[in-house]
Amino acid sequence: MSVRTIAIDDQPPARLGRRLREILVLIRRNLVHILREPMQLSDVTVQPILFTLLFIFVFGSGIPIPGGSYTDFALAGLLGMNLVMSSNGTAVGLTTDLNTGLIDRFRALPMWRPSILIARSVTDLLSALVCAIIVILAGLVVGWRPSTGIISVAAGVAIALLFTYAICWAFGCVGLVAKNVEAAMSIGFIVLLPLAFVSNAMVPTQGMPAWLRVIADWNPVSAVTSACRQLFGNPNPSALIQDWPMQHPVTAALLWSAALLAICVPLAVYLFRRRTSD
Amino acid sequence: MPGRAMIEAEGLVKRYGATVALAGVDLSVPAGAILGVLGPNGAGKTTAIRILTTLSHPDEGRASVAGFDVTAQPTEVRRRIGVAAQSTTLDELLTGRQNLEMIGQLSGLRRSGARQRATDLLERLELSDAADRQTRGYSGGMRRRLDLGASMIMRPPVLFLDEPTTGLDPVSRLGIWDVIRGMVGDGCTVLLTTQYLDEADHLADQIAVFDRGRVIASGTPQQLKSETGSARLEVTLSAPRPEAIPALQPLLEGEAHVSHDGRRLRAAVLNQEGIATAAVRALDRAGILVDDVQVHQPSLDDVFLALTGRETADEEAAHEPEAATA
Repeated sequence: MSVRTIAIDDQPPARLGRRLREILVLIRRNLVHILREPMQLSDVTVQPILFTLLFIFVFGSGIPIPGGSYTDFALAGLLGMNLVMSSNGTAVGLTTDLNTGLIDRFRALPMWRPSILIARSVTDLLSALVCAIIVILAGLVVGWRPSTGIISVAAGVAIALLFTYAICWAFGCVGLVAKNVEAAMSIGFIVLLPLAFVSNAMVPTQGMPAWLRVIADWNPVSAVTSACRQLFGNPNPSALIQDWPMQHPVTAALLWSAALLAICVPLAVYLFRRRTSD
Repeated sequence: MPGRAMIEAEGLVKRYGATVALAGVDLSVPAGAILGVLGPNGAGKTTAIRILTTLSHPDEGRASVAGFDVTAQPTEVRRRIGVAAQSTTLDELLTGRQNLEMIGQLSGLRRSGARQRATDLLERLELSDAADRQTRGYSGGMRRRLDLGASMIMRPPVLFLDEPTTGLDPVSRLGIWDVIRGMVGDGCTVLLTTQYLDEADHLADQIAVFDRGRVIASGTPQQLKSETGSARLEVTLSAPRPEAIPALQPLLEGEAHVSHDGRRLRAAVLNQEGIATAAVRALDRAGILVDDVQVHQPSLDDVFLALTGRETADEEAAHEPEAATA
């Protein structure tokens, strides 16, 4: 329904170069914001270090992992968990922008509206990259070691980042629906905590009650962490589970990401239009 | 179509639930003119601007800006307008310069062009010293000036200014007026809304008075004043002469007021051509010497009161300097 109005409203598709410039200008603006208020980055810097230390030293002491150390098992989970949690930043960032007068200024400019959403998602992907690097460095410090090559490890990180990018669009939709920053944050945590924890990220799912285990094994976060464990050559107890995503974690992680993007990108563009027109 | 107005609206209606923000508004602003949209809070001024700047869709009626329909061709309209909204629309975390460069680039300027234009505007707006500070530290007047700069960055042929001086101190207001006058010197068509009657009087060629979503009067400031209300005559005599009042009586509307020393007379008079000459002649015929005569046109406050039967919130505009003796 919205597609037609968007086509009329926006510029002819020939002006790709101009759109890219708009997106770059808006990304630079978002980066200046981060420089001015570096605490915005605490979600992807302080928090991952804290989580890595807490989980490895507190939980790690009590969770036996067949075929390896908890540290080797936990890193992929920490990567998935921290990255997924960081997507709340997209919701908060968009809500913050929507509640300032600046958005009216943008709307009266002859620019391509989705540029604002794309710039937000790319900025958040960049901070997710920072998050991934910090988790990996923290892991290396506490003794995590991959047993495959650098390319395989990079492929695992890339899958996790792709999934994060898709989740960012989903949380972009949350940000476009939320009335204010506080609402965006609480909706975010209500969705993100179960998503991150009802999974194989920090514990093998074999010990969970049967009903919860089914949810955990089909949770996209589980597919992402299993894919990373497989590509890092780390212990992956979920490989013994017969459910399809656990048998094909890389394919499952890619399919989940593609499906999320296919749904959430058009939805976010629609919600953005609805939110910004009266 | 030749001779088409730069801003044109016909029968604009906008409802928000049960509230009718605009109840059928017609406007027409020729190229290069300044239209002052005058009215109290809630009269529909901002809603009209939001529709004309493509931010809001009218429920009924149509409008065009620079020849393009605001609902059917919004991108074409956006390429030709500058907007300074009532609430400032700046990025608080960016510096003044970064704000202008960003808006310039998002409007289609290349980076170097945006940089040059930002520097020029900052100078013109007397913001060069503050250019590299974050705008969250700016005063209200500085924000408004930067906002005006942002709206002018593409030298748009049509500008919309929503209450550009509301909440500013008198000195900042004068600064904003200078900037606006300078822009019109550049050949821009301007629609500005204001609650300040003296502002419309100083800046606008044409005034449309809004009340409760309708245009209740329009014309030049002069026309509006002469259509409504009487003028006020102030005469200073060389010596106290009580017979001055009967001499002036044919011209007066209502009672005359005499000062303590008996030399100064004040009264409402018919707002007609040659009223000052007529007053001086009448006094001369009675052999009364006149030191000073002044006719004050009604202020726009008087106009608004006459049109709506209500006072406006403005208090400053009505005060005029005391008559100086020659």
